[in-house]
Amino acid sequence: MSQSETDVIREIRADYGYGWHVDDVSTIYKAPKGLSHELIDVISDHKSEPDWMRAFRHKSLDYFLARPMPGWGADLSGIDFDNIHYYVKPTEKQADKWEDLPAEILDTWDRLGIPEAEKKYLAGVGAQYESEVVYHKLQEDLEAKGVIFLDMDSGLREHEELVKEHFATIIPQNDNKFAALNSAVWSGGSFIYVPPGVSIDMPLQAYFRINAENMGQFERTLIIVDEDAYVHYVEGCTAPIYSSDSLHSAVVEIIVKPRGRCRYTTIQNWSNNVYNLVTKRAVAFEDATMEWVDGNLGSKVTMKYPAIWLMGERAHGEVLSIAFAGKGQHQDAGGKVVHVAKDTTSVITSKSISKNGGRGGYRGLLEVAKGASRSKSKVVCDALILDEESRSDTYPYIDVKENDVDLGHEATVSKIGEEQLFYLMSRGLSEAEASAMIVAGFVEPITKELPLEYAVEMNRLIQLQMEGSVG
Amino acid sequence: MALLEITNLHVALEDGTEIVKGVDLAVDTNEKHAVMGPNGSGKSTFAYALMGHPAYEITEGDIRLDGESILELGADERAQRGLFLAFQYPHAIPGVTVTSFLRSAINAKRKAANGGEDDPVPVKEFRTDLLAAMEHLKVPRELAQRYLNDGFSGGEKKRVEILQMAILKPRIAILDETDSGLDIDALRIVAEGVNTLVGADMGALVITHYQRILNYVTPDHVHVFADGRIVASGGPELAHTLEAEGYEAFIPAGVGGEAE
Repeated sequence: MSQSETDVIREIRADYGYGWHVDDVSTIYKAPKGLSHELIDVISDHKSEPDWMRAFRHKSLDYFLARPMPGWGADLSGIDFDNIHYYVKPTEKQADKWEDLPAEILDTWDRLGIPEAEKKYLAGVGAQYESEVVYHKLQEDLEAKGVIFLDMDSGLREHEELVKEHFATIIPQNDNKFAALNSAVWSGGSFIYVPPGVSIDMPLQAYFRINAENMGQFERTLIIVDEDAYVHYVEGCTAPIYSSDSLHSAVVEIIVKPRGRCRYTTIQNWSNNVYNLVTKRAVAFEDATMEWVDGNLGSKVTMKYPAIWLMGERAHGEVLSIAFAGKGQHQDAGGKVVHVAKDTTSVITSKSISKNGGRGGYRGLLEVAKGASRSKSKVVCDALILDEESRSDTYPYIDVKENDVDLGHEATVSKIGEEQLFYLMSRGLSEAEASAMIVAGFVEPITKELPLEYAVEMNRLIQLQMEGSVG
Repeated sequence: MALLEITNLHVALEDGTEIVKGVDLAVDTNEKHAVMGPNGSGKSTFAYALMGHPAYEITEGDIRLDGESILELGADERAQRGLFLAFQYPHAIPGVTVTSFLRSAINAKRKAANGGEDDPVPVKEFRTDLLAAMEHLKVPRELAQRYLNDGFSGGEKKRVEILQMAILKPRIAILDETDSGLDIDALRIVAEGVNTLVGADMGALVITHYQRILNYVTPDHVHVFADGRIVASGGPELAHTLEAEGYEAFIPAGVGGEAE
């Protein structure tokens, strides 16, 4: 590594609080770099999977290899698929007590504050380190009510029929190149089932941590919310800063049955050397509600457009998206809603911020199928550009095949004005504090939807991004 | 030595146009100064320059607070040292409530006073002070939870400017045309706020086009501002002379207004 590169990394590390890594973590198994059918067998063997899953993985790899890279969105030419470890198993077995984890892994979770958060305000926690969920715990009273909250591998082992019935039904294995990749090498993630009528008041949280260099993390999540049930699932993620890139490519499928409600919140804070290419899709049946709250602050490149298919009458979908693109970052975020049934409603709210040469944006699709009469939708996308070098793009696609619909679309692009800054500074706030306040206000319509602890965390991360380098 | 001393102040726009052309003025605590002048005389530029607006360049002269020049300080540092400007057109900050903005502003001042270390105001103390000030200034409670100046009426904006002044407790407050656009009730409340705050800890510089506000804020000193200069100074009676005779009597022939 050249001297200047080291300096750059040091500088980035100073601004990003999670960029440290732990050396000499003993691993049970680390697959050699690169993708192959042999690797698939190795992964399947390690997991002692049923044959149908092994076959599914092999087929997915063929799809992945056959598909070209996407010709739109962010620049992905920097990804070197041969230079990635696709499977790293850090511990022999999963713990349900923090103290049972190896010391250096426990130390990581402590530094991220996860055990503390679990005590205070979470109903359950899954903690994934590299490829495997190393800690998992659900409150006992929820277990007694029939709630299932497991890592995906355990879910497959313990509830094979339920998994087999739903797995890859919302996002087919050949949906897109990265969904195919995930389908081939997936490991970890969450499996959640909430039985009819059960409402989980406190959030379930999954936390994803990459520690190794040139790591690929491919968690797979399936959430089934049964009739009249409710769950709020929250995921957070961080990684160390290395000079070479890592890849995170998840698939998340959600099924919300009649009158059920699911809220899925992401606070994505990957280090600036992670390509974050994620496929997230939910279906909502009659009178059900699906909400994606998607905060993207970290990563080198993010391409992610959480989707909702409104399948049943009166189903409601919301996508709230924040994307913050700083130096060297491209956040190609957005959302998709497809109105399939009558009287369905949706709201997409997107807030993108770009600074220090970062590139943010909104890419969205709103589709109303023939027959989805009296559908209503509102799309609002606002961009805030903090300096001359930064950029924001808006691609709002709308495809309506039904006449009797009510659609609204608003888009604004604004810059922080000198006058606004002067006004706040004349009250004693520094330039950085004043800018951070304007940005926090800009994203407030979304942060106010978060539970207090996460709103505080989101504002703190924005503050850090703002302080990073004011100029 | 007065708390705020302005000597031979010249201010120019970025394109070099000189707007303020040599002003001398001293304001101390316990004093109310009125600066009166016609539109376009450079009053607002003068106010902005005192607060440190980056678009206005001080080409000559000095501004001293506590005997120390503040020309090199940004608006934030000037505020931290006790300068305050009530804006003629306060800006909206969507998404930030009046309450959370005020708390951040107080904490910024406290941090500066504490050598750069955080020293957040205790929640209870802040709440008590805020409620008392709102009560006194007849600011409706619901305004505290609204976004700062976002969709506020002209009167609401001005009241909230005075509320900020009451909460931030500056040592020198500059009020830039705070009276414009106010109905008589709002004007009375704003004036009452200024009268209460000026005392042993605060002095005020009230910049206005109209004599009206001076019926409620009786100034100790009145200065007539025309074409970037103070052309006459006197006691409160000067304001009445101005009202009776108009600005023309004070403005040298051939001098017109310029854009503010």
